[in-house]
Amino acid sequence: MSIAKPSLATIAFAAVALAAASVVMIFFVAPEDADQGLSQKIFYIHVPIALTAYAGFGLGAWKALRLLLTRSERYDLESYTGIHQGTIFGALTLITGSIWAKASWGVWWTWSSNQLVLFLVLFLFYCAYFMLRFSIEPGARRERISAVYALFGVALIPVSFFAIRLANDFIHPTVFTREGPQMTGEMFAAFCVSWAAVTLVGYVMYRAELAGKRTDANLRELREVLVS
Amino acid sequence: MTTYFGDVAALARKDLRLELRARDTLPAMALFVLATLVVFHFALPGDASDDAAYGLLWVALVFTALLGLTRAWVPEGESGALDGLVLAPSDRSAIWLAKTLATLAFLFVAELVALPAFALFFAGLDAVALLGVALASIGICAVGSMVSAMAAAARGREVLLPLLFLPLVIPLVVGGVGSSISPEPGTYLGFLGLYDVVFAILSWAAFEYVVTE
Amino acid sequence: MGDAAVVRAGFLEKRYGTKTVLRDVTFALARGGTLVVTGPNGVGKTTLLRMLVGLAAPTRGSLDVAFERGRIGFLGHEPLVYRDLTALENLDLFGRLYRVAERRERIGMLLERFGLWDARGERVASLSRGMTQRLALCRTLLHDPDLLVLDEPHSALDADGAALLDGELVTLAGRRTLVVATHDPARLAPIQSAHLALERA
Repeated sequence: MSIAKPSLATIAFAAVALAAASVVMIFFVAPEDADQGLSQKIFYIHVPIALTAYAGFGLGAWKALRLLLTRSERYDLESYTGIHQGTIFGALTLITGSIWAKASWGVWWTWSSNQLVLFLVLFLFYCAYFMLRFSIEPGARRERISAVYALFGVALIPVSFFAIRLANDFIHPTVFTREGPQMTGEMFAAFCVSWAAVTLVGYVMYRAELAGKRTDANLRELREVLVS
Repeated sequence: MTTYFGDVAALARKDLRLELRARDTLPAMALFVLATLVVFHFALPGDASDDAAYGLLWVALVFTALLGLTRAWVPEGESGALDGLVLAPSDRSAIWLAKTLATLAFLFVAELVALPAFALFFAGLDAVALLGVALASIGICAVGSMVSAMAAAARGREVLLPLLFLPLVIPLVVGGVGSSISPEPGTYLGFLGLYDVVFAILSWAAFEYVVTE
Repeated sequence: MGDAAVVRAGFLEKRYGTKTVLRDVTFALARGGTLVVTGPNGVGKTTLLRMLVGLAAPTRGSLDVAFERGRIGFLGHEPLVYRDLTALENLDLFGRLYRVAERRERIGMLLERFGLWDARGERVASLSRGMTQRLALCRTLLHDPDLLVLDEPHSALDADGAALLDGELVTLAGRRTLVVATHDPARLAPIQSAHLALERA
């Protein structure tokens, strides 16, 4: 018996279903946190979004490496889309993180959350990716330079994280701390379902954007041929 | 192997010779860093700690480096000399290494002006802080040469370069400031060394892909 | 034919994003041959030549050049020199990078041959366009390349320089492989062994 590869529509449907399931689990299954109350629930969305952002940047870098090694054009669009999705989820990470900070500590921003600061730095870095990319004429040069920049990005992630840790160690002693939640079985289950849902949504968005961009490119090429 | 370093030396010498002849980048960097330090005096409140001043030193150094890096690849752009270098049988990474070394030399000269001025205007710098400056400068030039070459291939490169450069040097600022003010600077110096190694290797290996199709 | 092809292109295509600059370019050039490339402005002559020397890569099709980087000489639209270095310093630098044996002698000989000896200590920025092009020619010939790729070499030269170039080309034809893009094919007719007329993609 052969298993057919699921179509994008099927996966999208599964993503929506999982998202619905995760909402149920977050609000009805996972117990409320003793210290933080309802606001802690944002964690179930914030962390998966952050992880999906990392996945986007990682995917973008992997495709970039493939492009440099094989010179195959299709990897350029895949790398770009991965990074684009990563940046979108990165922006969402900052927003949900800010909401969580407001809910937990009453401030819209704090420098003491290492993850949040890291995402700010990465957001700056990857926004510059788009500025770089769209300042270069389309072609092999642009593909390669974008790819190299994407690789610098993944190197920057761990290095920046250490830097921010070091900075907070001494230069900015932490004002607010947040204990990592001691996750009960139900909390962990809710987290996993939520993580799966967000990842799947991210994947669907990646595939959808990629398909859209490919169609765009094909159309433009067709127009060029017809005009000449 | 010797031809590789011979190439690097010849190319770096070329950059030094060009600067000695034109004499536009170095004086600008030296004057810029002095002016910036003076601005910082007026920007800092009277009771600001030494630590705040050290922070601003690093801001000054980063932006002075940026000034130098904006001009780094200009000679290669006029009359297409970069193509000439790329066509040669020498390793393309040698081009990056030579440019990094030359830019580093210019930055060190600017620092020879900046650091005594800083000690005069604000606070003293011990050997550890100076080592931090040296290590961070290496990272600044390694990464700076790379992103400067990327920006050179794009429109609006003067505006683009700071956007590419600044996020990448944030870790260096942390390491540098930490080595100046922390009672345990060893960690920060080690971190600077790590950054230098990682990003120098990455830039060295990837440069080929930035200048060829 | 007896000679094996040292430059072979099959259905070469070059695209920049959605803009196709070259399409379906096919030719073969034997060792010692001279290929003259003609076509209207903007048809892709420069792009093709840049692909031959490795400054650009084809997006589709095959391109085989049987020479390594150090054995190719390229004269493009730009002189590929440093404006603030002297003629001598430029040639010395490129001579080093190309590992030219007996560099000083060879540089001196080329500067003399192309009438640049007296100007050797002058910065390129202060040279006329014709002299700069002659210097570019010296740079191209410095390492005695096996494959010479010249992009409209006569265009920036004055009458004397052009005559010197013609003399040089006659000496090289047959002994070295040449690819020359030009608007004036009649000038190269005596040495031409193959012709490629490019049309708009």
